[in-house]
Amino acid sequence: MTSDTAPGATEQGSHIRDTSSSFGITPEQYMLPAAQQIRMLAPDGRLIPEEEQGTSPGHEYPIPEDDALLAAYEALVVGRRVNDQNYALVRQGRLAVYPSSHGQEACQVGAALALGDADWMFPTYRDTVATISRGVDPLEVMVSFRGDWHCGYDPLQYKISAMSTPLTTQLLHAVGVAHAAKLRGEDTVVLAMCGDGATSEGDFHEALNFAAVFEVPVVFFVQNNGYAISVPLSHQTAAPSLAHKAIGYGMAGEQVDGNDMVAVLATLRRAVDLARKNSMPLLLEAITYRMQAHTNADDDSRYRESDEVEQWKQRDPLQRMRTFLTDRGVLDENAETRISGKAEEVAAALRLAMTTEPAMDPLEIFDHVYSAPTAQLREQRAQLADELARNQEG
Amino acid sequence: MATTTTMPAAAETATAAKPTTFAAALNTAMSDAMEREASVCVFGEDVGTLGGVFRITDGLTQRFGKGRCFDTPLAESGIAGMAMGMAMNGMRPVIEMQFDAFAYPALEQIFSHVAKTANRSRGRVRLPMVIRIPYGGGVGGVEHHCDSSEAYYAHTPGLKIYTPATVTDAYLMLREAIDSPDPVVFFEPKKLYWTKESVDLSALRTQYESAAENSSAPAAGVGAEGGAVVVREGTDVSFISYGPSVSTALKAAAAAAEDGISAEVLDLRSIVPFDDAALAATVAKTGRAIVIAEAQGFVSVASEIVARIQERSFHSLSSPVKRVTGFDIPYPSPKLEEHHLPSVDRILDALDELQWED
Repeated sequence: MTSDTAPGATEQGSHIRDTSSSFGITPEQYMLPAAQQIRMLAPDGRLIPEEEQGTSPGHEYPIPEDDALLAAYEALVVGRRVNDQNYALVRQGRLAVYPSSHGQEACQVGAALALGDADWMFPTYRDTVATISRGVDPLEVMVSFRGDWHCGYDPLQYKISAMSTPLTTQLLHAVGVAHAAKLRGEDTVVLAMCGDGATSEGDFHEALNFAAVFEVPVVFFVQNNGYAISVPLSHQTAAPSLAHKAIGYGMAGEQVDGNDMVAVLATLRRAVDLARKNSMPLLLEAITYRMQAHTNADDDSRYRESDEVEQWKQRDPLQRMRTFLTDRGVLDENAETRISGKAEEVAAALRLAMTTEPAMDPLEIFDHVYSAPTAQLREQRAQLADELARNQEG
Repeated sequence: MATTTTMPAAAETATAAKPTTFAAALNTAMSDAMEREASVCVFGEDVGTLGGVFRITDGLTQRFGKGRCFDTPLAESGIAGMAMGMAMNGMRPVIEMQFDAFAYPALEQIFSHVAKTANRSRGRVRLPMVIRIPYGGGVGGVEHHCDSSEAYYAHTPGLKIYTPATVTDAYLMLREAIDSPDPVVFFEPKKLYWTKESVDLSALRTQYESAAENSSAPAAGVGAEGGAVVVREGTDVSFISYGPSVSTALKAAAAAAEDGISAEVLDLRSIVPFDDAALAATVAKTGRAIVIAEAQGFVSVASEIVARIQERSFHSLSSPVKRVTGFDIPYPSPKLEEHHLPSVDRILDALDELQWED
């Protein structure tokens, strides 16, 4: 079987040229982010007039339909509840660690809701809420943070890779998944997630470059929350914005208000659509803020002022969306009650599960290293089995 | 231990045998695997139009198209990382690292992800991929082109490490590596690329594919147990070696025979899985051992072999186990490499020190 699908099957850059000319703009105008970040909701939740949303030809983002917005709100409420429940479980010693996305839930929810069932998501360790919003049982996600196993869910079942702890390494896997799909003629889109600090890593460059050269439909979604643990964005880059990096790879970049659920969903959806339709990568930078410390082991008072945190509270994505949907007549008291009830159910299930010690088999540590254990691993397994048996007797 | 069906001698009796290079065997192994299985694809730097700097992938793009054998941007982490994603999504990538020392940018991908993904996902995500690495010296290469980097990878659980020393094994072991459900780092001794053996590759293809179809045993004899093979029988001492050093060990064994010493030569073929049974068997037979490897000796595969002999075969030993390895230096420049690499003379010197008077 021969295949000429990629790379070099099409003239280099033709996707960008065709796409930009379809919008009546130059490739540069298409690849550079709009003059201001895309924003549809004001900090107080009111809808911003269309001409002030930051859009321009080639950078236009239709507001999602009400059903999708309500679904996003529900996921926001559940996501916030999961973040806060897990934060509490860490303080009670029930979880080993939990990198919370409190404040970034609009990005988390948007990532999940913008994708189709056959698409793939590549999350980081801070993207628990994104995985839950895509349908993973919260208890399966928490397997890793409780310290039971590195990844608790089946990546192939959900089409979500194991949450990556090293920074940006997973972006290359995302490119590979998309490339394999493209070679088979499938129109799978892959959402590759990372943070602002991760854009300094070499694999960020290699992944964006590979994706552009091989013309694969990967949406690179950067949650710029201002800090890589303690180091601010100004120490990561001198670029005008992270979205500006896109043009250097020959792809389009856009910047969005990451605390605006409507704008995040609108921009992500369109990025996914364009990636799928034109088989090309895009870069979306969401400006957001991590409201809590990096993890429970971090003390954020050492590197940022509480005033700054207070200011970001005024742009809380959940409150903004609640106001907007209430004003729009999409969210009423009944819906609010149903949604908060669901969030409480999820939180209660988490509490119950995390206060119950799981039955674990220590011998499993040998079982998955290779498809069939080597003689050496069989010996070591027998050694541990013997130790366990003697401990039980003793 | 490998079965006799994978012994190099098997092919030499075939009727259509002809002088065949190590490079041609590797090339044919890839094209046969690509012919048989559409998910096998080959990529790396210069592997497409050029056919690789060593021409190991020669003709694959022309035969199978740019979607199945292609050049990538010049970025090794990108190559390894993209291969992993493709392996997650139904492909069987075979990637080429252009030289041993140029693979180091890919180490994070290989160590943190390729090696660990199966374990991380509780066996749900297996990565059937092969990372081909031309390695070792003896070819007059400049710095960064002659490293023996196998210990770095062998130290990382989750990777299999194969290194063929014969033309026959170049074919069979690469076929098994491509078919393996686990990631395999495939170390190709670059000094062997243009060596020839009389081999019938089409007979090897039939042999491999028939074994793969009809037997649950690994078709090239490595599998989960390791595939060490005795390539020269002997009774007085065991030379333990792999990859580029096997031919040196065989020459030393021939020289030792002239002095009346019968040396057995064990070719490990796979470093991971490690064939403890074959190692113990040869040491039990001879009571003496010299481990021969090009890599610097400190904290090396050779160190591990000596430790395993000491732990498992102590009572078989008539003398301490010796190592003949590269010195603990950065790889020397081309005009000096002969002083660094294990030589027949250095092996014979080590042989003299094995307390024969006892």
